[in-house]
Amino acid sequence: MEGLIALLATLYLAAAIYLLLSRHVVRMLLGIALLGNGVNLILFVSGRLTRSVPPVMVGAEEVLRADAANPLPQALILTAIVISFSFFAFLLVLAYRAYQDLGTDDTAEMRLAEPDLPEPPRGY
Amino acid sequence: MAAATKTMTDPASALVMVPTEARDWLIVLPVLLPLIVAAGLIVARHTLGRKPGLANAIALATCGFTLVATGLLLERVLSQGPLTMMMGRWLPPFGIAFTADALGAALALAASLATLLALVSERAEKPSPAPAYGSEPFALMLLAGVSGAFLTGDIFNLYVWFEVLLIASFGLLTLGPEKVQIDGTLKYGFLNLAGTTLFLIAVGLLYGLTGTLNMADLAGKLHGLTAGPVSTLFVLFFFAFGMKAAAFPVQYWLPAAYHTPRAATAGLFAALLTKVGIYGMLRVLVMLMPDSSDGLSLMVGILAAATMLFGALGTLAERDFRRLPGFVLISGIGTMLAGIALTSPGGLTGTIFYALQSMALMLALYLALFAAARLSGTADFTRAGGLYDRNPLLSALVLSLFFAASGLPPFSGFWPKALILKAALDIGAWWLAAALLVSGLLLSVGLARAFLIGFMKPAESIHPGGRLPLATLLPVALLTALVTLAGLYPAPLMDLAGGAAGGLADPAAYIHSVFPEAAP
Repeated sequence: MEGLIALLATLYLAAAIYLLLSRHVVRMLLGIALLGNGVNLILFVSGRLTRSVPPVMVGAEEVLRADAANPLPQALILTAIVISFSFFAFLLVLAYRAYQDLGTDDTAEMRLAEPDLPEPPRGY
Repeated sequence: MAAATKTMTDPASALVMVPTEARDWLIVLPVLLPLIVAAGLIVARHTLGRKPGLANAIALATCGFTLVATGLLLERVLSQGPLTMMMGRWLPPFGIAFTADALGAALALAASLATLLALVSERAEKPSPAPAYGSEPFALMLLAGVSGAFLTGDIFNLYVWFEVLLIASFGLLTLGPEKVQIDGTLKYGFLNLAGTTLFLIAVGLLYGLTGTLNMADLAGKLHGLTAGPVSTLFVLFFFAFGMKAAAFPVQYWLPAAYHTPRAATAGLFAALLTKVGIYGMLRVLVMLMPDSSDGLSLMVGILAAATMLFGALGTLAERDFRRLPGFVLISGIGTMLAGIALTSPGGLTGTIFYALQSMALMLALYLALFAAARLSGTADFTRAGGLYDRNPLLSALVLSLFFAASGLPPFSGFWPKALILKAALDIGAWWLAAALLVSGLLLSVGLARAFLIGFMKPAESIHPGGRLPLATLLPVALLTALVTLAGLYPAPLMDLAGGAAGGLADPAAYIHSVFPEAAP
């Protein structure tokens, strides 16, 4: 089970990196979304992966049963989902504003902040 | 987990039963104060928007209180050793710990001072025509995120603070009417988000490997592991922190973004954000993975040399007042990486000293050069000229800051560079020492040329007036005085940095403050 999920996470990350290497902002956004999900899968595998015993204490129990799932990675994933979702939303708006203001979604054509370098100063 | 095997009939075995002492709450104040006031400022933005300067005054007072709190915290940590507070009173390693040691407390103090002075200079900025409610809430949130990162003792919590300061920096970068800001933010945003996501991957793998996220617990557990997985983690963390710190070859976002916002924002970023990356390296790589740090020091050293030289060459090629300090900053990051690569007490002391003085230096440099660009009416300094005739005070301050940035005595940049140079020569890393000296030489050539052309050369056309508002000059003058003072009397900073470096090399006191029952 761990191996399968790890393989899936690898596929997610590979697709995310491929999309992030694109020059087009929309593809990069999709890459960011996939990257966040790939990371969540990695966090998921870092705990134990079992589906037999939920991490719930019943009645007078004061400790989890030994083969229960580890609840901590799920708390971590919850945090990570919230953060990556809000960042994705921000970047989505930013990309739309960039398209409105700069008139392109091709990062190679966005040269306002990095204009072609003029000659360095020579002499005094 | 270990605790799952023994029965917990008594809640005392899971919770800290002693209530936190009132003065121990000091450790969360640098995070809580700015965070609460920032939230309040956002809620009251419509009311405050009608009274110019009021939001700034509130933010200034908050920064003042935070400065006092971090000062007291540093004093406490220096006199009594590291201080720990557990969130929700869970016993370590289960709860989230806040642990302040000399390194974290000193950096938090410098961060609140930098935010205070950046907010003072914000008063001189022209109010933006766009319906913006001011940058103060974001600046305070940035301070909260940075203080949280410096003070937390939990590595997942460190990730959360990274995201807090990242989203605050997005807000600050986009706040304003310029199209160029959108362009800069887009590049800054994607790269930094990818960097923090890589950091999260590393945290996930670290948890899978050790089963704990508490740094004091990690310090012990990582020690006994085989080198292979730990080295992999080291490289992942190094890449993530390197992206934050703008280390070669992932530094291109910095010159693309830092010149676009307003002066106070750019200065604040330069003072705080890259230092958080360096802090992460010191805390996670040097303190938690000392064996891998030694084994992979050659890689870190080569990248340090490349970062230094890239920054210095960029300074030579630049003719823009606003972009120039970005390359100085990158070169400084290379210097700090060199100290991390050496992992010796001398190198680490140099890195911490450099980081502390660089916070003051870079903020002052950004504020001063943005002011110079505003005075000349153009950012291109080859078309400026004559600034010395119009504002001799600003010129003198800029010259001092250029000296400090090049690492020339008697300013603050000299001592940490000398420490790192000596540490490099001690272990025979002549190439690292050579890179340090060559980058220093190139920096002084590039900055001296910028000064001669931009300030000393007579102007082709005389612009009227050369006065700068007091709110712009005062922070620059204060910071320059600090930088000069740290160069003339380096002993206090040197002792502080030495103590902090000692705490990283031997984290026994750090661990003891989290687990008091363990032998000190």
